[in-house]
Amino acid sequence: MEHREVTRPSVSAAEPGGVPQGLRDLAGDWAADQEVFRHVHWGKAMIWIFLLSDTFIFSSFLVSYMTMRASVTVPWPNPSEVFALTIAGQSIPLILIAIMTFVLISSSGTMAMAVNFGYRRNRRVTAALMLATALLGATFVSMQAFEWSKLIHEGVRPWGNPWGAAQFGACFFMITGFHGLHVSGGVIILVTVAIKVLRGHYDVSGDYSAVEIAGLYWHFVDLVWVFIFAFFYLW
Amino acid sequence: MATIADDLRPLHHPKTWIGRYVWSQDHKVIAIQYGVTAIGVGLFALVLSFLMRLQLGFPGRFDFIQPENYLQFVTMHGMIMVVYLLTALLLGGFGNYLIPLMIGARDMVFPFVNMLSYWFYLLSVIVLFAGLFVPGGPTGGGWTLYPPQTITGGTPGASWGILMMMASLGIFVIAFTMGGLNYVTTVLQARTRGMTLMRMPCSVWGIFVASIMGLLAFPALFVAAIMTILDSVVGTSFFVPEIVSMGEKTGHTGGSPILFQHLFWFFGHPEVYIVALPAFGIVSDLISVHARKNLFGYRMMVWAIVIIGGLSFFVWAHHMYVSGMNPYFGFFFATSTLVIAIPTAIKVYNWLLTLWRGDIHLRVPMLFAIAFLFTFIHGGLTGLFLGNVSVDVPLSDTFFVVGHFHMVMGVSPVLVVFGAIYHWYPKITGRMWDERLARLHFWITFLGTYAIFLPMHYLGMLGVPRRYYALGDTVFIPDSVHYANMGITIAAGLVFAAQGLFFYNMIWSLFRGPRADPNPWGAASLEWQTPDTPPHHGNWGERLPTVYRWAYDYSVPGAARDFIPQNEPPPAQNPAGGPQA
Repeated sequence: MEHREVTRPSVSAAEPGGVPQGLRDLAGDWAADQEVFRHVHWGKAMIWIFLLSDTFIFSSFLVSYMTMRASVTVPWPNPSEVFALTIAGQSIPLILIAIMTFVLISSSGTMAMAVNFGYRRNRRVTAALMLATALLGATFVSMQAFEWSKLIHEGVRPWGNPWGAAQFGACFFMITGFHGLHVSGGVIILVTVAIKVLRGHYDVSGDYSAVEIAGLYWHFVDLVWVFIFAFFYLW
Repeated sequence: MATIADDLRPLHHPKTWIGRYVWSQDHKVIAIQYGVTAIGVGLFALVLSFLMRLQLGFPGRFDFIQPENYLQFVTMHGMIMVVYLLTALLLGGFGNYLIPLMIGARDMVFPFVNMLSYWFYLLSVIVLFAGLFVPGGPTGGGWTLYPPQTITGGTPGASWGILMMMASLGIFVIAFTMGGLNYVTTVLQARTRGMTLMRMPCSVWGIFVASIMGLLAFPALFVAAIMTILDSVVGTSFFVPEIVSMGEKTGHTGGSPILFQHLFWFFGHPEVYIVALPAFGIVSDLISVHARKNLFGYRMMVWAIVIIGGLSFFVWAHHMYVSGMNPYFGFFFATSTLVIAIPTAIKVYNWLLTLWRGDIHLRVPMLFAIAFLFTFIHGGLTGLFLGNVSVDVPLSDTFFVVGHFHMVMGVSPVLVVFGAIYHWYPKITGRMWDERLARLHFWITFLGTYAIFLPMHYLGMLGVPRRYYALGDTVFIPDSVHYANMGITIAAGLVFAAQGLFFYNMIWSLFRGPRADPNPWGAASLEWQTPDTPPHHGNWGERLPTVYRWAYDYSVPGAARDFIPQNEPPPAQNPAGGPQA
C-alpha cells in the first residue's frame, strides 16, 4: 500500500455536496471544546438533563390523560362546575385553582430573587427569600390538600365519581398527586439549602450554585403546573 | 469545580476496606459491582431459558415446568435479559468503567450519586427476586406485561407478581436515572484537555447516546408502571376496559389497553437501541484495534449512532401492528422503521470496510466482534420482514419473531459483551485469560447460537406460535418441527454448558492468569495508557493526560509503532500528527 494520508475527522470547509457549512460549524462548536457548556457547574448541567427526563415523565402522564379524555364514551365532568367554590352563596368557577396558581407562580418570583441574592453572597436575604418560596410552596400543597378533601367529600374517587367518566378521578389524583409530591420534595430541598445558606456553608466552598440548582428545579415544577392547569382545569 | 484540570479535590478518599470495595464511590468498583450483579441475574435467566428449551424440545419428558408456570418462565427470562442484564451491564458496567477512563477523567462527576445508582439497581433486583416468592408467584404476562391480562385472574401472578415486577422496574428506572445523569454529564463536561467530542472512541459515543435515550425513554415505562399498579391495587381504569373475568365483571370501565402498549413501546423500542448502541460503539473499537486500522468513516459512525438514537423514538408502534390500533399508523411506522435501516447499514458497511485490507489479528475479542457482524446482519435482515405490516401480520407471535429478536438484540449484544470482557479483562484485572478456553468458548457459543436461532425462523414460517407450553398434535405442525425443536434444545444445552468455560476461565485467570501487559492489544485509546494496571483510584496519578489525536491512529505511515496513543504529543515538525484545528 503506497503512501496514504492519515484519515482524521476535520472541521475544515465543507466539500461540495456535503453538510451545509452552518451545520458543520454548529457541530464543531459543540464538539471542539473540552466542555460542551463552558464554565457551567456540573450540578447545573446535570439538573437540566434531569429536568429534561422529568419532562418526559409529566408528558407521558399528560398525554395518557388526554388520550383517556378523548377516548372515553361517557361524558367528562365539567371542570368549571367541579372545581368551583361556593363563596357567599355564589358559585365561583376555578377560584381556588386560580389562587393556587397565583401562589405557585409568585413563588417562582421569590426564588429568582433568591438566586440573584445568592450570587451576591447576601446570606440573610437569600435564605429569607428561599424560606418564603418554601412557604408559598407549602401553601400550595395545603390548598391542594383542601381541594382533594373537598372532591373526596363530594364523592370523587380514583375508580369513579358522580358526574361522568371514571378516569376523571383517576387522572386527577394521579397527576396532581405526582406534581404535589414534586412540590413537597422541592419544599424540603429549599429548606435544606436555605439552612445551609444561613450557616455559611456555601461561603466556605465559595460556590452558591446549589441555590440556583434548587431554583431551576423549582421553576420546572411551576412550569409543569402551568401545563397541568391548562390541560386539566381550562380544557 | 467547572474545570477538571489536575484538581484532586473532588475525589473522595476511602479509608476502610468497606469504603473502598463495598460502599465504593470509585467508578471502577461500581462498574464491577454492576457487572457482577448483572451477570449473576443473567445466569439465572439463562437457566430459565434452558429449562424452557428442555420443555419445548422434549415435551412430557421433563417436569421442571408445569403448564401453569411456563409463562412465568418466559416473562422472567425476557425481562431479566433485556433490562436487568443487558441494560445494566452495558451502561452500568461498561459505561461506568469505560467513560472516565476513555475521556481522561478521574471519576464520574457525581461519585456519590453513582454509588446510589448501583444500590438502587441492587434493590430492584432484590424486589424482582422477592417476586418469585409472593403468593401466586411472579407475573406471567410476558415481558411486555400487557394489561388487562397481567392484572386479571387466570394469568399467573396477577395479584402480587405484577406488583413486584412493576415496583422493581420503577426502582430500576430511578437507579438508571441516577447513573445516566452521571454518564451524560461526565461526557459533556468532564473530558480531559484535547479530548473533543469528535476524538472520543465510539464506545463512549454509543454509551453516551444510549444514556440520553434511557433518560428519555424510561419515563414512559415508569408512568406505565405507576398506572398499572393503580389499576391493580386502587381499582382505577387506565388500561382496563369493562370486561368479564372468570365469569364476573371486574368493575373496571372505559380504560384503554392500547394506551399501555403505546407507553410500553415508547420505552421498549428505544430500549432495543439502548442495548444496541453501546454494543455498536464497543464493536467499532474492537474491530479497529484488532484490524490495526483506523475506523472507516469515524465521523459517519458517530452521526449514525446519533441518528439511530433519534429515529428510534419514532418507530415504536411497529411492535403493535396486530394490536388493533389505527391501521393508518402502520404506514407511518413501517416507513420510519425502514428509514432506520439507512444509518444502521452505514454502520455495517463501515465495519466491513474497516476490516477490508486490515492487518486482522484473529484474537478472541476480534472473533466475537466478527461474530457480532454475522448475527447482527442476520437479525437486521429479518427485521426488514417484521418492519413491513403485510409481512409482519402473519409472522407476529410466531417463532420467527423469537428468532429475530434473539438474533438482533439477544445474541448480538451478548457476543459484544463477551468480546468486550475478553478485550478489557487485562486492564480491569491486570491478568490475562487462557487463550484455548476462550477460543473454545467462542466457537461453541457462536456456532451454537446459529444452531439455536436459525431453525426458529423456519418454525415461525410454518406458523409455530411462541409462548406455547407444548404443541401437542396440531394439524398444521409437521414432524420436522418436533425434530427442529429437539435439535435446538440440544444446541442450547451445549451453549449453556460452554458458558461454564467462560466462567471458569474468568475466575481461574483472576487468580492464576499470567500478569497482563498494560496494553496487550496495542490500543491507542486512553484507557490503555493509565500509569497503573489495573488503574488506581483517581486513574491518572498526578496529572491528567492531554489528548492530541483521535482514538484510531493505527498503522500510521512513518510512525515508530503501528499505533499512536491518544496522549502522545505530535513531533514538532510533523503537521500530520498535530492536534486538529
